[in-house]
Amino acid sequence: MNENKEALRIEILKYLEKHSRVDLRELAVLMGVEEAEAANEMAEMEKEKIICGYHTLIDWDKTGVEMVTALIEVRVTPQRDRGFDRIAERIYNYPEVYAVYLISGSYDLLVTLEGKSLKEVSRFVSEKLSPIEGVLNTATHFILKKYKDHGTIMIPKKESERMLVTP
Amino acid sequence: MRNPLSKKIIDIQPSGIRRFFDVANEMEDAISLGVGEPDFDTPWRIRDEGIFSLEKGRTFYTSNAGLKELRKEICKYLERKIGVTYDPLKETLVTVGGSEAIDVGLRCMLDPGDEVLIPQPSYVSYLPCTVMADGVPVVVPLQYENNFKLTVEDLEKYTTPKTKVLIMPFPNNPTGSIMTREDLEPVADFVKEHDLYVMSDEIYSELTYQTKHVSIASLPGMRERTLVINGFSKGFAMTGWRLGYCCGPEMIIEQMTKLHQFAIMCAPTTSQYAAVEGLKNCEDEVEEMRQSYNQRRRFLMHEFKRMGLECFEPFGAFYVFPSIKEFKMSSEEFATRLLREEKVAVVPGTAFGECGEGFLRISYAYSLDDLKEALGRVERFINRLREAQL
Ligand SMILES: Cc1ncc(COP(=O)(O)O)c(C=O)c1O
Repeated sequence: MNENKEALRIEILKYLEKHSRVDLRELAVLMGVEEAEAANEMAEMEKEKIICGYHTLIDWDKTGVEMVTALIEVRVTPQRDRGFDRIAERIYNYPEVYAVYLISGSYDLLVTLEGKSLKEVSRFVSEKLSPIEGVLNTATHFILKKYKDHGTIMIPKKESERMLVTP
Repeated sequence: MRNPLSKKIIDIQPSGIRRFFDVANEMEDAISLGVGEPDFDTPWRIRDEGIFSLEKGRTFYTSNAGLKELRKEICKYLERKIGVTYDPLKETLVTVGGSEAIDVGLRCMLDPGDEVLIPQPSYVSYLPCTVMADGVPVVVPLQYENNFKLTVEDLEKYTTPKTKVLIMPFPNNPTGSIMTREDLEPVADFVKEHDLYVMSDEIYSELTYQTKHVSIASLPGMRERTLVINGFSKGFAMTGWRLGYCCGPEMIIEQMTKLHQFAIMCAPTTSQYAAVEGLKNCEDEVEEMRQSYNQRRRFLMHEFKRMGLECFEPFGAFYVFPSIKEFKMSSEEFATRLLREEKVAVVPGTAFGECGEGFLRISYAYSLDDLKEALGRVERFINRLREAQL
């Protein structure tokens, strides 16, 4: 891939990561390319699964919807031939599981879970997660407050205090 | 009672923008495209370092020339960025913004009657600082046709045997114009031929698009006749920290340090500690801001084209400088009416010298959303003017 194309792709990705709703024409203007070229790169990157989706960051706390998020540390015994992948799959296929990461450190998988209530999350852990073969133990941490999520600070930004006109 | 004031200070005209500022700053609900400072907060790691230095009780003076560690980092940075090596101990002075370096530099270089070539449109301080240093400012009007670059033809017209210093204001505020190596070479030859010194104000050096900034000091034979002025205000989004620096021949820096010692003592200590972190670890943050400015720049150029507003494409700083000559009114009148009728503040080109007449400075140190809102109003305004002209 030539250097320009690579640079364009990265600039597009960085922009989309923060502004996924930008329309194609505007994106092309911002990137300084023709609309067709921007469209083409996006389509290619979607096909290559570099772009995996266009999501919305929601502060559910501000809605009436009941929602709790938990981070669950899971220690597992890796399985012969399949390593951690098989166990991870059994976990991530549950729709209430929001994210699953294999991580370094004193435990193996980090699972993010969204549920309606503490009780619901606890029930998932005790009834679904812990009984999975190979899961040794779990530690559940409930999120009390989200300060920053997906690179976005959840506290509203202050108004600009710059002067109106300066040299 | 005697007049307490010197004739020199009375004769200096207040900044051309002042009048306009007063009107603009009274408009409470106006939206602005008029500021000359970044919309980004200073990168957090720099702010955190400043806070940390306060927590540690580093509330003392530093050495006059600035923290040694900072001067070392400045020299490493300049070597990386412009390929010129300076001695941190003898050829580097940390100042209160680029502003102080401009002032002190001119005061150390000029004798009464020495002429200073000041290309305009350009930043507002070169001319009054020259006057206060007893120099004679000689304005060199830059041409729209040359994309507001400085050419040897321009210089030839204004150079006399008394000319001593040439100000090089690139990347330029307010035009956004830059000088590439090819543009600089003939100017450097001219400077050497006429035995001039250059004060190169490179405060916007981090903000160039498409090509990397080139310093005139990096051209053969120019290091010894150039004072490079730079700072943290623009590239590192640190305007309020008041921190800049200059590097150049020991002979000049030594005297500047002397004056700085008496007039200022030292640049703010907290800012100096914070800036070390900026130079060491903020390359990514600076790049991210640059990319963001570049996107807005492209957006503005695209919008002007769509509106049919004439504008050369600038590749530096965070300004565009469109022409409003088609509307047959002065820049100040245009800006004043735009403010009154659409509540958008822009700066008339004349604030940066008479040759800015017929142009506006529009800053893109604003979020894209702000730019869209403001440009919508500008478009409405110029459409009205065009209809009235029919
Ligand atoms: C071209 C130019 N030079 C110098 C300065 C002064 O900057 P500071 O004193 O904040 O470093 C400015 C500020 O607007 C500028 O635009």
